[in-house]
Amino acid sequence: MPGIKKYDAIVVGGGHNGLTAAAYLGRAGKKVLVLERRHVLGGAAVTEEVFPGFKFSVCSYVVSLMKSNVMRELMLPKFGLELLPLESTLTPLEDDYIIRTADPDQTYREIARHSKKDAENYMRFGPAMGQIGMSVRPVLETIAPNAIRPSLSDLSATKKLLNHVKTLSSEQFEYLTKLMTMSSADFLDEWFEYEPLKATMSASGIIGTFMGPRSPGSAYVMLHHYMGDIDGAFRAWGFQRGGTGAVSMAIARSAEHFGVDIMTEASVEKVMVKNGRATGVVLENGDEYNSKMVISGLDPKLSFLKMLDEKDLPSDFLTAIKNFRIRGSSGKVNLALDALPNFTCLPGDGHHHRGAISISPSYDHLENAYDDAKYGNFSQAPFMDIILPSVLDPDMAPPGKHVMSCFVQYAPYDIKGGWNDQKREDFGDAVINTIARYAPNIKDIILHRQVLTPADLESTFGLTEGNIFHGELTLQQLFSLRPAVKWADYTTPIKNYFQCGSGTHPGGGITGSPGEMAAKKILGTWK
Amino acid sequence: MSYENKFNATTQLKLSPFFERTSQLNESQEWRRWAGHLAATSYELTHENEYFAIRTKAALLDITPLKKYIVEGRDAQKALDNIVTRNIGICKVGQVMYTTWCDEDGKVIDDGTVQRLADNKFRITSAEPNLEWIESNIARMDVQIKDDSYSTAALALQGPNSRDILNAVSSESLDSLKFFWMMDTHFEDIPVSISRTGYTGDLGYEIWMNPNDALAVWDLLIDKGAPFGITPTGLHALDIARVEAGLILLDVDYISSRHAIVETRKSSPYELGLGWTVKMNKNNFIGKNALEEENKNGPLWNFVGIEIQWPEFEKHYRKVGLPPGLPSTAWRTSTPLYNQQNQQVGYATSGTWSPILKRYIALAHIKSKYAKEGSELMFELKVEHFRKLTKATVVKTPFFNPERKRSCPV
Repeated sequence: MPGIKKYDAIVVGGGHNGLTAAAYLGRAGKKVLVLERRHVLGGAAVTEEVFPGFKFSVCSYVVSLMKSNVMRELMLPKFGLELLPLESTLTPLEDDYIIRTADPDQTYREIARHSKKDAENYMRFGPAMGQIGMSVRPVLETIAPNAIRPSLSDLSATKKLLNHVKTLSSEQFEYLTKLMTMSSADFLDEWFEYEPLKATMSASGIIGTFMGPRSPGSAYVMLHHYMGDIDGAFRAWGFQRGGTGAVSMAIARSAEHFGVDIMTEASVEKVMVKNGRATGVVLENGDEYNSKMVISGLDPKLSFLKMLDEKDLPSDFLTAIKNFRIRGSSGKVNLALDALPNFTCLPGDGHHHRGAISISPSYDHLENAYDDAKYGNFSQAPFMDIILPSVLDPDMAPPGKHVMSCFVQYAPYDIKGGWNDQKREDFGDAVINTIARYAPNIKDIILHRQVLTPADLESTFGLTEGNIFHGELTLQQLFSLRPAVKWADYTTPIKNYFQCGSGTHPGGGITGSPGEMAAKKILGTWK
Repeated sequence: MSYENKFNATTQLKLSPFFERTSQLNESQEWRRWAGHLAATSYELTHENEYFAIRTKAALLDITPLKKYIVEGRDAQKALDNIVTRNIGICKVGQVMYTTWCDEDGKVIDDGTVQRLADNKFRITSAEPNLEWIESNIARMDVQIKDDSYSTAALALQGPNSRDILNAVSSESLDSLKFFWMMDTHFEDIPVSISRTGYTGDLGYEIWMNPNDALAVWDLLIDKGAPFGITPTGLHALDIARVEAGLILLDVDYISSRHAIVETRKSSPYELGLGWTVKMNKNNFIGKNALEEENKNGPLWNFVGIEIQWPEFEKHYRKVGLPPGLPSTAWRTSTPLYNQQNQQVGYATSGTWSPILKRYIALAHIKSKYAKEGSELMFELKVEHFRKLTKATVVKTPFFNPERKRSCPV
């Protein structure tokens, strides 16, 4: 009953990070309430039956960076976490293809078909990136120190990190520096020559970011995607059985196991602030809930500019949040199919349908796609990261039918003239036409299609400007700067108001990491 | 530039009646020996997809190499009751019992299932040949034993979608078939028996048929199973699943007392965690006196599940700059376990990283004093060629035990 039950903490937003924070607090014996605006939990990690019998991971569609200690500590496998391997990446070309599989010899042979040099370098590249990933992980796993007014623990964390940097070999240091500063295209050019391979590898440097592969800084985003860790194996992508919503549901069940209350269709209007302290929340329907603290799983724009009054915030912080870059760059097209797409380059059904399919034939393809977006249009021939979840998990579609998830880039939030129904359909058509270049049967097998523009991602999922990472993963807004200097340790200028979403360190993806670290920070400071 | 060879192989091993299909499908051409047969290790270049078929879809395994015997005659029940440790007297027609059988000293010879096909007719499955031994123990009774190993072919269909697939193929619904029961049905006009049994600890079935029908049954299952994700699956994947299910394997986790050269290699059912299969309240059976004696004082050894604790395990590898060195397949190398005083108190015989549980697990023989649930042990690990000890905890088995394994829709 509103206003009666007293909570230690209220979490605003039942996305996977909010649920993770709640579960950790519940595990520590705190009384926690999670309030989710929608009728389903998960935020952007959500599964919905969009068309009867066809289930989609509507937004976020793969899992790689989920932290193993989060899985363990929250007992997620017991509550339904089941990650299936996504083994291969196919880049279809109009007259050929390149595929990388889980088998190193097969991958070697396949790359060597295009370039012997690349095939050999590829075998060195994975371990090298894995090492860099491993060397960066302690940074990701540290609560970002306050660089301006460091506390004792901030100093010791900083010292630990500096000591860690000292342990890097000169080669690792070189790669790390390059990854921090270069474009993914320039970085990959140092390693490889076969364009479709390079373009496909560079694509992970642009996902969720308003940059092209030739934009400086994109190499870091690529590294971010290399830090995935499933079963101790770096860089392995996984597909959650039942879609990414099932990850969120596993976390939610874990949270409930630890005594957390979860309410859906409970839209928070404002965080209540008295004398610079958060005291609870008020819902859109007027209900008030009091609590000792409030934790926002929303993105920084919503957490501060919508949930609070500007007058409650210091002006420098307000400016920083207003400047926080959160430009949406991608859309999502979800297709219900009568059969599998038949690729001209690899006819028939095969193992390639079980992995990722990347529409990234060349740097130019990606850069042209970016150019469209730079000037306010969606890409006429976009980059796409496609998976067919029903091949991995037949329960996602009726027997014999399929679902196809297309992550599409670029689709700018600020499109010329604004998004409307016509533009959405045009965007969907551009996506289908692009796929049809490689799999001409696509047009004949589509039963239903759902097109999500950045404007849809914003209105449906509460992702400001449709940015899938709650803010771009560029260097100026990472670590001690995410989302703002001095406030990168999950605290905010408002006492008892905390943040735990992807807009905090270490950023986006289904990792559970911001939620976990926020909860641990809070528990460390709990009075 | 390149060369292509026709694959044209020969073998001295026995080929199962499914070989015509399995050999076509086996993309890795990796085979293991199983009771003198060629058995697929994994059909694909890596076994992951097959493993996940067991746990999330449906896996199809050729289990024809199992030893099978038909025991038939007026005294069949009495004869079997004298041989195995379970109470065959209460086994109804259509029921299946998992059991061990022992020598006079109460040491396990083999383990397997007993299917009651009719009042006076049973089928026994086992890992090793047992014909001669059974025969010598049913002398003077009105019962015959026949080797059924080559006259019956068998498939296992295991995984959450297995029932849906069988319902799509079978003339009779499988919905009311309970765990460890069996039924006769038809696939089109082909007669088959289906038992709700398996070696994965998941919802699953085993299908018994005339070898002449083997290929037709295989084709029907693959065809109707495709929309449900049916996946031909090899022994690599099965090995992970059976460890997760806490199911023991002869010659890996224990040695048949008939083949053990020294006494210490033999195990009683109690020492293998199979005390529940020993029914003392039935008439005399082989090994009963010895087992009664052992049961008074409790066994010296226990067979338990252990979990290798992740944080400590990971630390060993991080220290040398490596990601955690998880085994990619289940292992079968005996691995020492120590108590906190550094004395060896046992050994693990099989272990695996469980991809579904995200836990590193193993099955182990532990001296009873240290075998209690929650007991902390040290597991021997080799990290970059150097031996380390890392924390392991005794935990309950089965490690993985989904509700669907036993549940029925009706």
